[in-house]
Amino acid sequence: MHKTLTASRLGLQTGTRTLINPLDLTLKLGEFVTIMGPNGAGKSTLLRLLTGFLSPTTGECWLAGKPYSQWQRKQLAGQRAVMRQHNQLAFAMSAEEVIVLGISQYTMRRQRMIVDQVVALIGCQALCDRNYATLSGGEQQQIQLARVLAQLWKEDQPEGWLFLDEPTSALDLFHQQHLLRLLHRLTRTGKLMVCAVLHDVNLAATWSDRIVVIQQGALVADGSVQQVLTESQLTAWYQAELSVIQPASSSHPIVLLNK
Amino acid sequence: MRVSLNRQTTLLIFIVLLVISAVAATQLGAMRLSLTEIWQQPFDSIVWQVWLTIRVPRVLLALLIGAALAVSGTIMQGLFRNPLADPGLLGISSGAGLMVALALLLPLQLPLFASLWLPVIAAFIGSLLVTALIFQLNKISQGQLSRLLLLGIAINALSGSLIGVLSWLSNDQQLRQLSLWGMGSLAQAQWSVVGICALIIIPTSLLLLRSARALNLLQLGEEDAFYSGLDVLRAQQCLLIGNALLVGTAVSFTGIIGFIGLVIPHLVRMAFGSDHRWLLPGSIIVGGLLLLLSDTLARTLVQPAEMPVGLLTSLLGAPWFFMLILKRLKASYA
Repeated sequence: MHKTLTASRLGLQTGTRTLINPLDLTLKLGEFVTIMGPNGAGKSTLLRLLTGFLSPTTGECWLAGKPYSQWQRKQLAGQRAVMRQHNQLAFAMSAEEVIVLGISQYTMRRQRMIVDQVVALIGCQALCDRNYATLSGGEQQQIQLARVLAQLWKEDQPEGWLFLDEPTSALDLFHQQHLLRLLHRLTRTGKLMVCAVLHDVNLAATWSDRIVVIQQGALVADGSVQQVLTESQLTAWYQAELSVIQPASSSHPIVLLNK
Repeated sequence: MRVSLNRQTTLLIFIVLLVISAVAATQLGAMRLSLTEIWQQPFDSIVWQVWLTIRVPRVLLALLIGAALAVSGTIMQGLFRNPLADPGLLGISSGAGLMVALALLLPLQLPLFASLWLPVIAAFIGSLLVTALIFQLNKISQGQLSRLLLLGIAINALSGSLIGVLSWLSNDQQLRQLSLWGMGSLAQAQWSVVGICALIIIPTSLLLLRSARALNLLQLGEEDAFYSGLDVLRAQQCLLIGNALLVGTAVSFTGIIGFIGLVIPHLVRMAFGSDHRWLLPGSIIVGGLLLLLSDTLARTLVQPAEMPVGLLTSLLGAPWFFMLILKRLKASYA
């Protein structure tokens, strides 16, 4: 019960427009869940509802047995972290200063300990002393990941609910693999849930335990990789001509765009 | 973390400089005093009187107003995430000024006690209104730097013209008061003024020190600050009100002293980095120090007369502002 985030009849309307149709969704600790969908389908809006940033107009979202409205902000921040796409800073800060922003309430010693572990985990030691603004987009994403992992850090690993909005958008192949492998591995202990908005269907196919598909504000699929990534469904959702093949050597399907 | 020892030492050096400058400044002026001489004179002598009723309150006022304006600049730059934010440039000082001018001209019959506080309250309301207005408009314009400054120009133009109308309506004595005050000067330094300023500026600045973590988190943007556990709206409201208190108090007693709020945060960032837990105390010390030095220059350069310190800070600060803009232009073309 306390290991789930439950959305029941969660929906959002502004005026006469329905942004998110009431939907039910359960996210469990230990899961790697991907949110997919065409541009403008409402993925980021759904993420903002699931993280408590937006208040729903219908339904409710419960995290670990308590609705968002009853959570203390600071306690919630220790349970739920969010990494968004763009983070620009107006003033020069070192990458390490950015990482500790979320944990500055701790003692210096604890901060140091957490930062050392997180930085070693991600492998971004070389970036720590550099000015955040001068880092490339991909390097900034690594630092933002370090920041949110530090925010959720407990004894020796991050625990809680981690949401990411296109975390791989600026990463090269090596860093895509590194980041998703890392997040996937962290969920295996059963103490961390990862829910990521991903555009790349094949990345989603490789690492997801479950895929949730949003189309025009409605939840149209919620199931395993094999259930969701079928040729007919993907063609219908994305309006793109594509093929889904299942290589014998791989546990998950591969999606190809037709020429 | 890595440089925290250096920051402590730097802050200590600035504090020592501040104390030395303050003591030295009480001895400078149209009548040169030396502390050792004063000490040998009887307490009711003229040198003691000059030192105690003219010099000391003047120096204290410079420290207080300098600290207030610098903290205000740091808060506004942090709140708007904009290195060009400044109470003067964004029209907050002139909004406060407009309300003070209104209060000066209104034919109110108030007891002495109330008449001392009236300009402060008027200036607080004026600066709070303009800060809140700018803050809302800034959200609509999605925080774009140039648009924010355009808003400031518009507000400055509006309150400038309204102050113009008020000066046209005013009598000779009011007119002189208004125009002197528009240039910004610390010449009004009396113990009563210093007392009121201290009563507002010291607690407000100390309370604002506690907002350092909030200001740091706000650098991530409102949404990410929310995810990091900050009550964003409440933090912003506290900062806006605190800022309005500081600017309002400064403006109501010393007029518009420009560019302190713009320049000091940049200087302090060079010495302490961008962490507001250091920036805010640094601004208090360096802001006080710099306005004290400017004011001491302003009243000793053209002895026995004195120039309004606001003219001096503008003369020094405006080229700095120009340089900042040129730097940004270069960066955006590179």
